Amino acid sequence: MAKSKKTLITPKRDLITRRSALKGIAAAGAAAAASTTAPGFVRYVQAQTSEPLKLGFQVHKTGIGAAYGRWYERVVNACVGEINANGGIAGRQVEIVSEDDGTDPKRGAEMIEKFATQHGVDIAFGTLFSHVVMGSAPRAGELKLPYYVVSEGYHVSSGALNRYTFQPGITDVRSQVSSMAPWVADKLGKKVTMIYPDYAFGHDHRDYFSEAMKKQGGEIVELIPIPPTETSYTKYFPKIPSSTEVLYHVMVGPGVLTFVKELGEHYGSNRPEIFGFIDSLEAVPIDSPGLEFLEGTYFWEGYPRYAQPDQTPYDKHYREVVGVNDEGASVNDPKDISTYSHMFGCWETLYIIKQAIEASGYKGPKDKAALIEATEAITDIPWDNQHPQGDKVFNGKMHQVFGHQNISQVANSKLDVVHRTSIEDGMYENDTDYSKMPL
Amino acid sequence: MSAGDTMAAHGATRRGLFDKALLLHLAVLAVLFGLQFVIGEYQHLSLARVMVLATYAVGYNILFGYTGLLSLGHAMFFAAGLYGAGIGASQFGLGVQESFIAGVFSGLVLSTVIGLIALRTTGVAFMIVTMMFAQACYLLTLYFGEYTRGDEGIVLKGDIRQMVMFGYPFDLTSPVVRYNIAFGLLAVCVLICLALVRSPTGRVLVAIRENEERAGMLGYDTFRTKLFALVVSGTMSAAAGAAYALLFAYVGASFASIQYSILPLLWVLLGGIGTVLGPVVGTLLMFYLVDYASEYTSAYMLVVGVALLILVVWFPKGLLGTLRERVIAWLP
Repeated sequence: MAKSKKTLITPKRDLITRRSALKGIAAAGAAAAASTTAPGFVRYVQAQTSEPLKLGFQVHKTGIGAAYGRWYERVVNACVGEINANGGIAGRQVEIVSEDDGTDPKRGAEMIEKFATQHGVDIAFGTLFSHVVMGSAPRAGELKLPYYVVSEGYHVSSGALNRYTFQPGITDVRSQVSSMAPWVADKLGKKVTMIYPDYAFGHDHRDYFSEAMKKQGGEIVELIPIPPTETSYTKYFPKIPSSTEVLYHVMVGPGVLTFVKELGEHYGSNRPEIFGFIDSLEAVPIDSPGLEFLEGTYFWEGYPRYAQPDQTPYDKHYREVVGVNDEGASVNDPKDISTYSHMFGCWETLYIIKQAIEASGYKGPKDKAALIEATEAITDIPWDNQHPQGDKVFNGKMHQVFGHQNISQVANSKLDVVHRTSIEDGMYENDTDYSKMPL
Repeated sequence: MSAGDTMAAHGATRRGLFDKALLLHLAVLAVLFGLQFVIGEYQHLSLARVMVLATYAVGYNILFGYTGLLSLGHAMFFAAGLYGAGIGASQFGLGVQESFIAGVFSGLVLSTVIGLIALRTTGVAFMIVTMMFAQACYLLTLYFGEYTRGDEGIVLKGDIRQMVMFGYPFDLTSPVVRYNIAFGLLAVCVLICLALVRSPTGRVLVAIRENEERAGMLGYDTFRTKLFALVVSGTMSAAAGAAYALLFAYVGASFASIQYSILPLLWVLLGGIGTVLGPVVGTLLMFYLVDYASEYTSAYMLVVGVALLILVVWFPKGLLGTLRERVIAWLP
């Protein structure tokens, strides 16, 4: 790893600074020695234009996010390979410094500190799981390290984080859920029972889908939260009212196969319409034993796993570079199913980073403010090789991107897209305005 | 060395002209304080976090190392402090000091209640009961997601982390302030622990660890003494949790999970069971073991596991425990 030239940058004035602490020591006669050895706070590595641009990749190599992390890493490596082959970013090659956060918020925060102060990265990016983002973002904000997450959590646009944290490559769960309601109400039914995990991710589904369905004249007839420690779901199914027209499910984790199998045993062939989120089945083959019951049901897909008849050249290009076949599996191992609905976020985030760096004239950490402002200035994002999932609109105040969503039906153990939402379907307003925060 | 020998050694040390044990602990604390002026920025940031977690381990060691009660549910006390402070600051508008006190008080109340119930059991049953209570507390953090945001957690932002103390303003986003608060907390807890274990009450704790029945036969109220140890241990763990929330601005359910009940056990085992400084050494070593190993392999937890196996086989009393056994007999 190339060592970069080090430059001391004057830190933000703290109420009690390291310098003032040193002055105190000086009064005791030790300042001279201490000041010569003090490392200097907020000491950033000044990258030169000829040196690689260092991007700190916070990846879930272990822990509950490992299946996603493995594919996120493949996408990042493929994308950086393409960027470097095409001349890099602003003429500089990109170097990825990846560290495993163990899908743990404490370790995630440590990674951010390590990126900023030990590796001297220009930007950190790539975090998926919401709790790791929440644990890490405060450290990124305090260390003034631009932090581009790929999490789909509502945490960014909710205003909970800070000016240095962005989500420009993937839409958030509030947007995804809201945009499903018009089609569900119109095509499947207006009386919905929701089954969701009883924690924050599930609560976002509960709150925002309920809200969106009511706007469509629909009704949530029953809410069935499932405790995260649950391993069998049979006892919950009798709670589903007989008036239910649509069963909405979003189950994440290893229990999903049991959930689907038991749901099939409960209903047999006489079932309501079923709508789910593909998060449940990312990295899982649709033709897995036990999933037969899903035939004919519908799923949200961020990005269609199976290449569609109207496949764009952008999707074709993306699959080729990443090494994914038309079934959404690795070209080297057809049993290795990708996390196709999420991992494109890394690809698109890297190209947003490229766009912002080149627009801001970023040369090194002293230009971070310009980089933040350049990212906030992004608005319309075209549908092209750099953004193969589709065109998008970035909201610089919320630091959140908005885009199209897909609804697919399981047919012959594959997923066929039956509806693609408009960007407007998933747009919402709130009071978040990070651009007013000081840099 | 038997407990009796250890106690005799402690007494002999204190009868000397210099209190070697106290001087050693003060010297270690002085080194920790001085390190902030010489170490690099990353080490500085890391050490602040390690000191907060070491405080948790010091608290855990009072119950496990000195009283002989193996809890598998201490994460509930850490989380009580974490949520007490975090929710106090974010949802009740409490200041930093008030939030910290709320966190510590939460731990105090929880450890008293849990102690009154769990201490009716011993041995394996105590381990299971504490683990089950901790699991219940973990699920409560998810159940009350409206306030806790469950697994996702809460970020403490804005002016929440500004405070005025002794007429001076402090900003907890400042690394210098954070380091010194973490150091202050650890120093206070280490000195409390040192004073406790060398006090008559501390000796009763060791007597209970060595043979509870005998301690009871000698007239000591073992239940009350164990409850005292659990409350001190739980409250100290909660203080660490409260400090973690306020210093690092994040409160999340993962800190209430079983993982954070096992970690202090490992830190104490590594550093030295029943030694005041062992938990500090263990926490520090474990942090760097994970940090360095993770740079070379994603199987870094395997490296940690192998290291612990080696330790258990060849140094079952941990690093400082072995040192006390072989070299420094007077180490408390």
